[in-house]
Amino acid sequence: MTLPRTRRAKSLRQRLLVQLLALAALLAVLLYLTVRTVAGQAAEATQDGVLGSATTVIAEQLRAGPEAVEIDLPYEAFSVLGSISEDRVFYRIVAEGRTVTGYDDLPLPEGITPGVRPAFYTVAYRDSTVRVAAMTRQLVVAGQVLPVTVLVAQTRQGQDAIAARIANRAAALGVGFFVLALLLSLVAAGSVLRPIERLAEAVARRGPQDLRAVDYPAPSELLPLIGALNGFIARLRAALTRTETFITEAAHHIRTPLATVRTHAEIALRQSEDPEVRKSLRGVIRAVEESSRSASQLLDHAVVVYRSDRLATEPLDFAALVAGVLRSAGPVASLRDVALRFVPPVPGPVVQGDRPLLESAVRNLIDNAIKYSPEESDIDITMTTEAGQATLRIMDRGRGLSGQTGARLVQRFNRGANVGDVIGSGLGLTIVAEVAQAHDGLFSLTDREGGGACATFWLPLA
Amino acid sequence: MRFLLIEDNDDLAASVAARLALDGHGVDRAGTLSEAAECLKDAPYDLILLDISLPDGDGRAFLSAQRRAGQDTPIIVMTARAAVSDRVDVLDLGADDYVTKPFDFAELEARCRAVMRRRGGATQTVRDFAGLTFNPLTATVTIAGESRELRSRELRLLEILIAAPDRVFSKAQLCDRLFSYSEAVTDNAIEVYVGRLRKKLEGSRARIETLRGVGYRMTVDAG
Repeated sequence: MTLPRTRRAKSLRQRLLVQLLALAALLAVLLYLTVRTVAGQAAEATQDGVLGSATTVIAEQLRAGPEAVEIDLPYEAFSVLGSISEDRVFYRIVAEGRTVTGYDDLPLPEGITPGVRPAFYTVAYRDSTVRVAAMTRQLVVAGQVLPVTVLVAQTRQGQDAIAARIANRAAALGVGFFVLALLLSLVAAGSVLRPIERLAEAVARRGPQDLRAVDYPAPSELLPLIGALNGFIARLRAALTRTETFITEAAHHIRTPLATVRTHAEIALRQSEDPEVRKSLRGVIRAVEESSRSASQLLDHAVVVYRSDRLATEPLDFAALVAGVLRSAGPVASLRDVALRFVPPVPGPVVQGDRPLLESAVRNLIDNAIKYSPEESDIDITMTTEAGQATLRIMDRGRGLSGQTGARLVQRFNRGANVGDVIGSGLGLTIVAEVAQAHDGLFSLTDREGGGACATFWLPLA
Repeated sequence: MRFLLIEDNDDLAASVAARLALDGHGVDRAGTLSEAAECLKDAPYDLILLDISLPDGDGRAFLSAQRRAGQDTPIIVMTARAAVSDRVDVLDLGADDYVTKPFDFAELEARCRAVMRRRGGATQTVRDFAGLTFNPLTATVTIAGESRELRSRELRLLEILIAAPDRVFSKAQLCDRLFSYSEAVTDNAIEVYVGRLRKKLEGSRARIETLRGVGYRMTVDAG
């Protein structure tokens, strides 16, 4: 039997990882954005500082001439600007809307009125973006107060380059952070889930018959699960005990009256000379025999099916096991003067097997051989070891297979066409084949040369 | 043989006792383990037939207690449980053998015989009769110092006849005791075994007489 595949929800590890990593990714992106913004602002502040001081220097050089505003452009102001980058620099001095000197298309500030301190704004100019510092001084020219505005602009390529460099670093930092978080998440998920894995191992390691309560030091979060598991185990144990008791009781209650019937029938038969009565009594005895044999075989078959899933294997001396079964079958064989001939090999081949199951299989084979053997014949039993297999052969001089295939006789409730009056349930060979299969062995039934059947049972050596 | 039958079902115990008595065995019955203990105090038994489920305890506990106490009277367990592992169990606990209910009395007898043979047998089972010595445990007759082995059916036939010399047994009666009921045999099959047994008894004064239409009886040849 294979267990049905458990329906799987998303694994806990996966859930934990996905959540931790989503959080880490969010944090990494925030980190990246923050660093980039702060760095951009810092770069802009630097540029603004230089632009502002250049503007101030220029503004200080403004003089009120007799007719107009006069200026000696201080070129060192521009060289300060040039020192921080390769960016181009523009300037414009405007008095009363008229450009005194400089680039007369450099846009004036909109919405802000520059004062004695520089004001800054960013504007598109000549296919690029420029940062502009603007400052206004009041000069008295020809007796009139005249506001003069000084604009100094610089393209932002240097600043953009710095921003890009910082952004790259920030991205690298974000990725690094994420990778670190990934590793930490894996470790954290592993350590959080380890108690669950250990519990699962502790339960999985148990033997098939082990129905004790799980007593495992577990974190408090797992205690409800363990409690439920133990409750389930207790119910299973109770159910198994009930079933076992029921089967035992049922067998007892059926078999005891059957035994009484059979015994009374034997007594009556011994005391009767009337052929008709004797015939009926024989019929009764046969019927009792048939029903008790069927009951036994059904029970054996159920046990074999039940145990096949959970073999309790141990290393066994296969030859000693066969010898034990033969000893027990000896008296039955002797009733018909059938000799069981077996020379066990010493030392016997050691196989890994479930003792009750193997005994059941061998017993069925021997019982069959005895049942179908003619009176005063021999049953030859041999055991050999070939190619990593212990081979048990049971050869009788019975009626053989009479054209049926061994494979067909192995099927449940299938009996040979030539069984005649021999009592049987049709389950014996099924049990044998199932036991062989459960032990990774093989079973075959063939006609024996010179008459009879040959049953061969292979088991892999331990 | 003297049996102690420990079985709590009265119907079954009565019929088994009656059936064993038909074969000439003495049977004491005990319905509980305490009764059984009483019986064992008073008399020795050749063999104990033990049921597993009894009103005052488990037959297996009784079995191991007997063995622990050094009581080695052969015990054959009559079990209603036929599961493979149960059979292994009782043997491990010290039972000599087991039969599964409902059992065949011929099989039970064969098992008793095998147990006795394994245990070395009691000498009182050897019987001297009309110049032959018959040992049912070793399945031999010894006539004038010469041992002859008997096959199983010859042995059982001789046991039946020698137990009641001069009594006439019909073919049907002999068939009942020699053949399993699950085998279909005609009453005439008995003739073969009578013929063979006669051959094995040659040299002694024991004779198996044929009474035409009636049956057979064992007599001692006066000459």
